[in-house]
Amino acid sequence: MDLTTQKLLEQNMLGDSVITTRIDAVIDWGRQSSLWPFVFGTACCAIEFMATAASRYDIARFGAEVLRFSPRHADLLVVAGTVSMKQAPILKQIYDQMPEPRWVISMGACASSGGFYDNYTTLQGIDEIVPVDVYIAGCPPRPEALLDAVVEIQKMLWKEPALKPRRPDFKGILDEQ
Amino acid sequence: MSSETFDFEAFKRAASSVEVAGKMGGMPVIRVDETELFRAASFLKERQRYTMLLEITAVDWLTSPKPPSTRFETLYLFRHEDFARTVALKVAVHDPEQGVDSLTPLFLSADWLEREVYDQYGIVFKNHPCLKRILNHLQFEGYPLRKDYPIDRRHLCTETQDMMDELGPLIETEGYDLANDNLMVLNLGPSHPASHGTIRTIVALDGERIVAGASEIGYLHRGFEKSCETHTYNQIIPYTDRLNYCSALMNNIAFAKTVEEMLDIQLPDRAIFIRVVLAELSRIIDHLVCLAAGLLDMGAQTNYWYLFNPRNDAYDFLSKLTGARLTNSFMRIGGMTHDLYEGWREDLDDVLKKVRQGIDETLRMVAKNRIFNERVQEISPVSAEDAVSWGFTGPNLRASGVPYDLRFADPYYYYDTFDFDMVVGSVGDTHDRMMVRFEEMLQSIRIIEQAVERMPQGPVNVDDRAVTLPPKEEVYNTIEGTMNQFKLIFEGVKVPAGEYYGAFEAANGELGFYIVSDGSGTPYKVKVRAPSFLHMQAYPKIIVDYQVADAIMTLGSLNIIAGEMDR
Ligand code: SF4
Repeated sequence: MDLTTQKLLEQNMLGDSVITTRIDAVIDWGRQSSLWPFVFGTACCAIEFMATAASRYDIARFGAEVLRFSPRHADLLVVAGTVSMKQAPILKQIYDQMPEPRWVISMGACASSGGFYDNYTTLQGIDEIVPVDVYIAGCPPRPEALLDAVVEIQKMLWKEPALKPRRPDFKGILDEQ
Repeated sequence: MSSETFDFEAFKRAASSVEVAGKMGGMPVIRVDETELFRAASFLKERQRYTMLLEITAVDWLTSPKPPSTRFETLYLFRHEDFARTVALKVAVHDPEQGVDSLTPLFLSADWLEREVYDQYGIVFKNHPCLKRILNHLQFEGYPLRKDYPIDRRHLCTETQDMMDELGPLIETEGYDLANDNLMVLNLGPSHPASHGTIRTIVALDGERIVAGASEIGYLHRGFEKSCETHTYNQIIPYTDRLNYCSALMNNIAFAKTVEEMLDIQLPDRAIFIRVVLAELSRIIDHLVCLAAGLLDMGAQTNYWYLFNPRNDAYDFLSKLTGARLTNSFMRIGGMTHDLYEGWREDLDDVLKKVRQGIDETLRMVAKNRIFNERVQEISPVSAEDAVSWGFTGPNLRASGVPYDLRFADPYYYYDTFDFDMVVGSVGDTHDRMMVRFEEMLQSIRIIEQAVERMPQGPVNVDDRAVTLPPKEEVYNTIEGTMNQFKLIFEGVKVPAGEYYGAFEAANGELGFYIVSDGSGTPYKVKVRAPSFLHMQAYPKIIVDYQVADAIMTLGSLNIIAGEMDR
């Protein structure tokens, strides 16, 4: 403790208006309740996302209601629905446009594994293109499951350093190898 | 559908090499030579007034036990302007690379329909203005619906096409020069908040006015039709859920109904009435989503809550009944999984009450609202004639003032005995398309109320061991029961060999299934006639001369559901 601080403390000049903490904790505390989702809604699962955003389930209770329609404003990518091969480059482009740090939720069977579309057109899971943090089972998952995934992300972000890029080493099939 | 008045003799005089090849249900099937196709089609349209080209598809007979002389055949369905008659033309394709004549000069709807056949089967259409892939991406190799194409062969797509090959010529025909006229090219989608799923439209703008537009679809192509060829009829039901996922039950019913017609079985009355109730409830929730999202696009957010909340109540009812909110898979060939639960009536009444309230509150806010009306009136009107030529059906067609509804034109499930009105618009603009849906929900409520009153007691499945599963008691206690269960699960319901087209008035229009059976428990081919596909085709044309903000509303009012459009 340097001299000035000691003096201040002795004279009780700071009162109880100062707390000391780690920078990580402050940032994470701020982040956890202000995740801004970008919804890459392609199919049926997106309809359940709509229900999650509507008043009954109200995703605002978890601080994630500021839906962004530009990936550049968002830090949470929710892939809701089937992603076809034709769509894969677009998914990658959107992910690439998101600033760090960014999290990815894969909502539903299709996004997670291709679902029951094991055929010539469907990507067998978005983790071939972008790194996924939370997978949600279901076809479609119920809104509660999506809310649970948001909470999962909130817990996850506390455990990671706040200022480092996440997943820098990820390589998908569309990345240059 | 009656075929009495189809004037085959006159038809024969116009095109010499024709023969009646049989019937699909009541629909005459006429075989035409490749060289005569165009003449035959224009005769059908001009002289016999078959003004709507409903569907084009092809069949690959490669693995069929009884193949005809050529491997490929194309099939065309035409609907008469009285909407009561349909006729099918069949053409044997001798060489897919040589192909057959394009019908694009005759019917507006032919363009995309032919492109799809080209994309999926590799059959060329001569003189087609822009024959390129439509559902699959441009780096795709091979033709997936050919029988020798393995279902799981995927091709990596690394880039998105720029679409200027389609937009460029359109700009020129409008008399503009892209380089010198200061036009702005704007890309909307496929991931765009107002694109309702994954649809891409690229427009050229002169100031705020749209000069030309082109749409790209296929982003949600999930191989429904190919998947059908590897699943038994009952296994296909979950796939049908995901066509128009805003009204999943309706697709279940439409598919099951078509197969039941092929099997020639009659459902017990209780099953029919339950289907009517669930189909109309699905129509309601489909329209609710369409209108809620459409109004949201305009910034009228409150209405989104007003309309989405009753929808959630309907979901609660459905999940109590079927176990799932959205993708219900409740129907089976020959009936449904189980009967309604105890206390369903009160729940349903409550849902309907809330729906009515939601509609009421919304209409009070928008119906006489100047902002709303100015945003939607006289925007992108579609004339009755164009709507028919584009192949519009359902609310979008009726909005243009064409009184056509399968529930009236070809009533099934006792629809002719219900007291309800057909809702018809006048000018076919965005306003009409939205208002028709509001009113249709009220009509659906009327139908449901009558169906609930009239619903008899009794079984909900046909009593036919070749079609529906035996009761569990029998399965566990008798050898026949076990065998029945085993055979039905493993081999599927055996559908007599032949082909059939079944149509259903779904929320978005005529949802048709063309099914070819080889007599086994798995279809040889399934083709969906998806109303959204044809509505979408018109979209880039009807938004011309309006502004981008109008185009967003128009898309919402057409209610394009990507799952159904791209299949
Ligand atoms: S997981 Fe199921 S509900 Fe979700 S997009 Fe896929 S098919 Fe649709």
